[in-house]
Amino acid sequence: MIDEGLKSELQKQGVYVTSLQELYNWGRANSVWPLTFGLACCAIEMMAASMSRFDLARFGAEVFRPSPRQADLMIVAGTVTKKMAPLVVRLYNQMPEPKYVIAMGACAISGGPFKQGYNVLKGIDRYLPVDVAIPGCPPRPEALIHAIMTLQEKIRNQKLTGPDRPRHLNADVEGEYPVPAYGKHDLEPPKNPELWQPPTMTRT
Amino acid sequence: MWVLTMEPNQNPYLVLVLLAAAAVVFALTPLLAAWAWARFFSPQKPGQDKNDTYECGLKSSGDAWIHFRSEYYLYGIIFLVFDVETIFLLPFAVSFTGLTVGAFVAMIIFLVLLVEGLVWAWRKGFLTWR
Repeated sequence: MIDEGLKSELQKQGVYVTSLQELYNWGRANSVWPLTFGLACCAIEMMAASMSRFDLARFGAEVFRPSPRQADLMIVAGTVTKKMAPLVVRLYNQMPEPKYVIAMGACAISGGPFKQGYNVLKGIDRYLPVDVAIPGCPPRPEALIHAIMTLQEKIRNQKLTGPDRPRHLNADVEGEYPVPAYGKHDLEPPKNPELWQPPTMTRT
Repeated sequence: MWVLTMEPNQNPYLVLVLLAAAAVVFALTPLLAAWAWARFFSPQKPGQDKNDTYECGLKSSGDAWIHFRSEYYLYGIIFLVFDVETIFLLPFAVSFTGLTVGAFVAMIIFLVLLVEGLVWAWRKGFLTWR
């Protein structure tokens, strides 16, 4: 591994050095293909983000794929109902590695304004590992672009070896998460306890 | 620089053979490269859901090898016949006053033939959706 100081010193002299890891991550970060997948009004903002005015193409993420087989980013854009949740998880399972999830908007994060609804899932992070969450109702396209940039930053800083290596290089990380089933009153199981571990609140 | 030229005692088909070989290599190289990449570098995590049929997130049900009824095909054929008929009917109507009796009779025979086909299909029961 080359020293950062030496690297910038060399760069001043016009010599650019890079590592295979940086090159690999640079390529990965700039070719994130999202899944064409909208659940509610956030999807309208997602569409706007991919159109000419906001132009998601600048970040290499404009290629919305209509099949999970070709996508590597799932933008959960909108309210996830309990009826839709198994489908969302199954679509995620069908995506090839490496895969990332952006929870777009209040609904995807927590249920948002519909949190009290009997049929609304209180956040997709109960079933899927969310990488970036965008607050807002709905978030503007700029916010989605910021989320993509945040994700790119995350991808760029991933080490290809070691315990924090990306999930596709780590054979121990699961490629599929259990798909919930329709129960009598709620989804079964109502959450994936391995993924969803909210901090417990203690009142004093 | 290496140029393909014809020597006097050279087989004239040699150039074609060389070009054909180049074409095969040109087609196979990306295929082999893709195969090698998938074999040695791609992170593979196959699973039950991932190997399943893609059905927009729904669980696929039933068999793909089922019989389709050909009802609509008959409707399509009958529609097409009368679609073509309108193309003939329009100029017929426009030039109706200037037509000879022979042309008129020919047109009527054409129409009767088509209507006969419709009556036949009707009596066969093709117009009843089952």
